[in-house]
Amino acid sequence: MVKVGIPRGLYYYKFSTLWESFFTELGAEIVISDKTNKNILLEGANNCVSEACLPIKAYYGHVINLLGKADFIFLPRFTSISKKQYICPEVAGVQDMIRNSIKLMPRIIDTEINLRKSEKNSWLAAQYTGEFITKDKQKIKNAYKNALEAYRNERQVMKSGMLTDEFKQEIGSMPLRVIQKRSTNITVAVLGHCYTVYDSFINMELMRKLRDYGIGIVTLDMLDYRESKEKCRELDKMLFWDYGTRAYGGSIQLIENGGIDGVIAITSFGCGVDSFVIELVEKKIREESDIPFMKLVLDEHSAETGFCTRLEAFVDMIVRRVTHENNVSSYR
Amino acid sequence: MKITFPHIGNTYITAKSFLDDFGSEYVVPPFNTNKTLELGSKYTSEAHCLPFKLFVGNMLQAHEMGADTMLITGGCGPCKLGYFGEMLKKTAVEIGIKMDIITLEVPDQGMKELAARIKKVSGGSNYLNVAKAVNAAKNVAVQLDNLERLSRIKRARQLEKGSVDKIYRGFQTGILEVSGSKEILKFIRQTEKTLKKLPVNEKARPLKVGIVGEIYTTIEPYANFSIERMLGNMGVEVTRQVTVSGWIINDMLKKGLHLPVESEDVRESKAYMSSMVGGHAHHTVGNTVVHAKEGYDGVIHIYPLGCMPEIVSQAILPAVEENHQIPVMTIIRDEMTGEAGFNTRVEAFVDLIKKRREEHLNEQNKMLYGY
Repeated sequence: MVKVGIPRGLYYYKFSTLWESFFTELGAEIVISDKTNKNILLEGANNCVSEACLPIKAYYGHVINLLGKADFIFLPRFTSISKKQYICPEVAGVQDMIRNSIKLMPRIIDTEINLRKSEKNSWLAAQYTGEFITKDKQKIKNAYKNALEAYRNERQVMKSGMLTDEFKQEIGSMPLRVIQKRSTNITVAVLGHCYTVYDSFINMELMRKLRDYGIGIVTLDMLDYRESKEKCRELDKMLFWDYGTRAYGGSIQLIENGGIDGVIAITSFGCGVDSFVIELVEKKIREESDIPFMKLVLDEHSAETGFCTRLEAFVDMIVRRVTHENNVSSYR
Repeated sequence: MKITFPHIGNTYITAKSFLDDFGSEYVVPPFNTNKTLELGSKYTSEAHCLPFKLFVGNMLQAHEMGADTMLITGGCGPCKLGYFGEMLKKTAVEIGIKMDIITLEVPDQGMKELAARIKKVSGGSNYLNVAKAVNAAKNVAVQLDNLERLSRIKRARQLEKGSVDKIYRGFQTGILEVSGSKEILKFIRQTEKTLKKLPVNEKARPLKVGIVGEIYTTIEPYANFSIERMLGNMGVEVTRQVTVSGWIINDMLKKGLHLPVESEDVRESKAYMSSMVGGHAHHTVGNTVVHAKEGYDGVIHIYPLGCMPEIVSQAILPAVEENHQIPVMTIIRDEMTGEAGFNTRVEAFVDLIKKRREEHLNEQNKMLYGY
């Protein structure tokens, strides 16, 4: 059986179900790199240019982790994942970066995913990918259909306020351990790219820590994308990054819907998209609402203690604010 | 309405010619200095890139001189430049100054909106006049780049150090006195003649270095500590393929009219990058290959901290370096970069490639020390 390696990084955290089910249907064996850990990050940081952001370095580590374990490595090139929108240039170029800096790579499945012009291009991408594994067109078509359905189901589950927890890292147990969005009194929105929000090593187990405090979590995946896009029209010029639209439109939705007690934005150092987007979001939230806002910047030198202290202080502040009901943020 | 524009190298001359032809009122902001950057960094968050900080600095300094409208170019690529207009607007509101930002690009609302914007700048001229002015501005940009190219060649061969700089500085200040595209073109031609007459060492075979990287930092002398002048005065011939005129022709006019844009550097980069990542990453990689094939002694790659497309090209350049045997040095500029440290690195690089060439001449084919 053909072994296809998938690095557990970047958009794996969004499309894992889609890719896994697609390759399984085609009859390939999937090898996923280990959970992000210290070694993976170190290995990645050593092989990558130092200016790249943390998730890119982790992705390098995951690719290195897969070397020798698979016949193919699935390194899709993302140019765009929604109409008229782009992906961050670093993510778009990560395949070229890896191809030119890691030696001894197995064959790369170098599908280009570009839905900027038309969303039908995703089928072309699937066809191209499938031809690496099988020549049977009908089989690819079926696999694509089923994978898409599995992906849509998972999205639906997430949107209903459940969190795909730790991304199926515990094999054997239930793949979707879920928590309710409004299970507790306090709910915090966590804004960030899917590869920082769901990678528990990179974000120093932010999700688990919040849950341990008994706080409900809302991520951008739980908000409606079409509505976000609609909300973004208030800007004179639409943001041309997919994440920007999601984050900015999402934060407007959060403000309007209410029920959110705090917003934590996590970003990695040197993230060019975030330097604009998070600033816009921060301004919006601070100007048009009284929701407390905290920005956490991550890099490979972040110390967990400092991180915990800030998180603890933020949570204490929210709790005090909710219980005393005077609605004056000590942060502002 | 008093118009202003940010500084990118000699682009102020192109903008001046464009606005002169309409008879618009405008202000040329002071040239970039540490003060500009200080002002810019004061009002922007630390994560922004250097060009944005300098743009904000230019905006503030121009505002002090009475400007109320800023003309910039945009785009819709994944590079941050495309969103500068919006961010500048927000920053102006935050600082509390009145500044309109007019972005010259095809916006979401379509060509009609662009036409309306141009009309606003031109003071209601008809389309024929606008087209004429655009064409004249393009010619000015092309001539300017030719002049720069000539000055780089002359500088590497000048007999008396600083003689080219003297003429060039005189040109940069003198041009502010002339107005209108015709007069500007005349003045450029005059300077070109003076430069051509300058006595040079005909026998010199200077080292050849290509400068690649992000367009703003490679073109704006403040952002790269006048690297072209520094290298030129060391007797190194500098080439920079990414130019303002090239950008106007390829990215503004040809793309706007949907004409195909194909160039040698983009073709050469295909082996390393199969699709676009925005910015000038393709040109960086492609030009490095082209320079290597042309037998250049080295390539210097410059970009501002946090420039996303250039991080991609930086990761690819070592592969080009190895395949084509050309030394490449990457320098990253941010507001904390010290000039002395920058100069030391450039000087060391030049020393190394000098040694390398000597060894090549003795037919000892060796790479740089430390490889």
